Amino acid sequence: MAKLHVSTTINGEPHEFLCDAEQSLLDVLRGPLGLTGSKEGCASGDCGACSVTVDGRLVCSCLVLAPEAEGKSINTIEGMATSDQLHPLQQKFLEMAALQCGICTPGVLMAAKSLLDRNPDPTEHEVRFWLAGNLCRCTGYDKIVRAVMETAKDMREAVR
Amino acid sequence: MNAPVSERSDNKWIGQRTVRPDGAEKVTGRAAYAADTTMPGMIWGKVLRSPHPHARIRSIDTSKAEKLPGVKAVMTAKDIVDFPLDKSVMLGIQDMRWMCRNVMAREKALFAGHPVAAVAAMSEKIADEACKLIEVDYEVLPWVIDVEEAMKPDAPILHDFIKFEGKPSNIAGKIEHKLGDVEKGFAEADVVIERSFRTKPVHQGYIEPHACLVSVSDGKATVWSSSQGQFMVRAMSAYLTGLPQNDIRAIPAEIGGGFGGKTIIYLEPLALILSRKTGRPVKMAMTREEVFRASGPTSGSYSKVKIGAKKDGTIVAAQGTFCLQAGALPGSPIRGAAGCAFAPYNIANVHSVGFDVVSNRSKVAAYRAPGAPLGCYATECVLDEVAEALKMDPLKLRLKNAAREGTKAAHGPVFPRIGFVETIEGAVNHDHYKTPLPKATNGRLYGRGIASGFWFNAGGESSAQVNINEDGTVVVITGHPDIGGSRASTANIVAELLGIDYRKVSVLIGDTSVIGFSNLTGGSRVTYASAMVATQSTEQVITTLKERAAKIWKIDPDAVVWENGEARPAGDNAGKFEPLTLAQLAAQATATGGPIGAGKQLNTTGAEGGFATHVCDVEVDPELGIARVIRYTSLQDVGRAIHPGYVEGQMQGGASQGIGWALSEEYIYDKNGKLDNAGFLDYRMPVTSDLPMLDAVIIEVPNPKHPQGVRGVGEVPIVPPLAAVSNAVYNALGTRFYSLPMSPPKVLEALQAKSKA
Repeated sequence: MAKLHVSTTINGEPHEFLCDAEQSLLDVLRGPLGLTGSKEGCASGDCGACSVTVDGRLVCSCLVLAPEAEGKSINTIEGMATSDQLHPLQQKFLEMAALQCGICTPGVLMAAKSLLDRNPDPTEHEVRFWLAGNLCRCTGYDKIVRAVMETAKDMREAVR
Repeated sequence: MNAPVSERSDNKWIGQRTVRPDGAEKVTGRAAYAADTTMPGMIWGKVLRSPHPHARIRSIDTSKAEKLPGVKAVMTAKDIVDFPLDKSVMLGIQDMRWMCRNVMAREKALFAGHPVAAVAAMSEKIADEACKLIEVDYEVLPWVIDVEEAMKPDAPILHDFIKFEGKPSNIAGKIEHKLGDVEKGFAEADVVIERSFRTKPVHQGYIEPHACLVSVSDGKATVWSSSQGQFMVRAMSAYLTGLPQNDIRAIPAEIGGGFGGKTIIYLEPLALILSRKTGRPVKMAMTREEVFRASGPTSGSYSKVKIGAKKDGTIVAAQGTFCLQAGALPGSPIRGAAGCAFAPYNIANVHSVGFDVVSNRSKVAAYRAPGAPLGCYATECVLDEVAEALKMDPLKLRLKNAAREGTKAAHGPVFPRIGFVETIEGAVNHDHYKTPLPKATNGRLYGRGIASGFWFNAGGESSAQVNINEDGTVVVITGHPDIGGSRASTANIVAELLGIDYRKVSVLIGDTSVIGFSNLTGGSRVTYASAMVATQSTEQVITTLKERAAKIWKIDPDAVVWENGEARPAGDNAGKFEPLTLAQLAAQATATGGPIGAGKQLNTTGAEGGFATHVCDVEVDPELGIARVIRYTSLQDVGRAIHPGYVEGQMQGGASQGIGWALSEEYIYDKNGKLDNAGFLDYRMPVTSDLPMLDAVIIEVPNPKHPQGVRGVGEVPIVPPLAAVSNAVYNALGTRFYSLPMSPPKVLEALQAKSKA
């Protein structure tokens, strides 16, 4: 079967790719598009390591079919830092040692940013439930939750 | 927040929460893990796995698969170097007889998921289709998975060559530690408690599945893979493919978690052989399902522990039997279970026995403090009952019997200065232990449990190279994959010794062709051992720097000191010359004798054991049977925290894994001996919303045998949680569970049985 042609926007830039109908968005990101920052931990939507946003909605890219990207705007970890400036979440994760092996980190950061975009003042409870779809085996989540809450605080203060 | 680390006014970088050298790459998605690397002309490898837990392989017909368009090569065990059963060939703790049969089934398939053949094809899809075309003629055999079943006299025997007490058996090994006379000890006891415990196999649960890319060209192989040791990858690949080590270059990719599970290889020799056959780079990656089915979980266990104590709390005797499920081939961590179970205590009479039992499950791999959590679980639960019988506070019971400097452990060593007592005292005085539990409300019940734990820690071979760049910045190369921030620790140490900003120190992990042999990232040894080689290398660099300054000043090198990042004239010459900074000396290196750098290779010793005490509060919902940890504090003697953030991270991560082991994680098999929960949805690891903050209290009793006082940190934290959570659940319910996990159905059943009674 001939490949499907898809036109989409990734991290603000127009992109085109060819894919099979059954290919996942994650496969296309990691394969032909070379965006390997999104990780495959399970390919079943359970670990969140492949988290991206599609038109602002947080999704596991392993559960999205690549052709669904047609006409959509997709954001991945590669688009989180602007020019040479890390996003405050990225900076805070480094300062607070909120990552160890780092394999879950891109997904956790995408999910955390998605939370703060919606809710600039989340409670610990809200952070924990929002990030419940992102498995981390190294940290026990303590420093991740703290880093997200500290970033939220810093960003609120910066807005003031 | 976490307890502050002791003030160190004399240190600028050691003990500071510096930003890790590899950090920016990891938060931007640029760090390259095993599955992130590609090569021109690369093709894909896939593994055909046995559907049966136990079957003799009569024949394998690969002809149909080979004819499928897009298939480039097919391999079976015939392509792997055979290690005959009658002669052991050891690589570290791994026996190549077992490894060659683990990477691909030889005479028999020994578990559902055991590799039987592998295919290389133009795409993963074609490789998958080709696997389905391979015809394997199996003679299906009776199987056994459970450890107690496997020890029964009429159990199906996995290996004819294993004999125990002269008879064919699944018991592949035994370890025994004896101290004093337990019979005499128990006779002196006022209270004797003996209990049996059972645990299920649990998986390390690293988020990154095993993956590799191997390119063989002109007989020389380059291996990119995610492992806990590139030198292990090289050596095992060499053994299994017949290539000499100098023809294999193993490049350590960033590793997405290992916890012991990546101390052996699965895919690398297969990809190497397929690349050799096809002349093309071959990439292989496990699916999550394959990770669960076919990579090593840790042992399920059956244990029996008996402890006797006097009225005043003195433990007079302890006896333990620990039966551990090895899976398909020998190697379960009986040394950790039998050795660590009683090590925290000064007990005159100890008898500890471990049995290594094979069964039809994937071969056991190391998992964080291998075996120790199983031994500790049984001991620390029995101690809880001893404390209750004596009406004694459980921490006081432990304090009374705690191992100290000079205590002889049953597994051999006499402890030097250790900080176990400090962890117990820390728990007694911690706000957590002093704060009363919430009152039972809305039917919710609350309980508190404590437990202590021990792990051996390890030294072993390490290599480092420290080079001074032309501008006075520094590159350090070590040979250990960095899983949890060890590059940051190395940068802190080298910057401290040189007296320069840590940001001027780059730390890299060398591949097997650029740095000397370094043993695995495991045994809690990396910061310990790499600190030693990095320290000695840096000291040698400083000696050179002083010589260069002396040469410039035309004075004796002994009359130069190194302070705050510069050479200064000392003694009679003090003040006679302007100090020379590292950058100034680096700029003049060519004129003063050439490039400045030094390397050190050591077999490090003196690691010394680590101890921790954990306090756990749980809330149990009796209607749902759900036990949740609502507060958790771990206190650990780390010797010295080189980077407190990553030390706490180890403590918190280990606690979290232990909590999962206690409450929700288990391998569940169906009636056909096939794993029924081979995915993250059904194999239930803790998620963010399952846990509270995990307070990590760093206690620093410096290791007298290490230049910075370091003790291993990474493994001790997973030792106490199984018992700490169990003791807390007992405290909440008044019903004790003697098996893990204490999952909701099990808790519910026990509560319903209790209410009926």
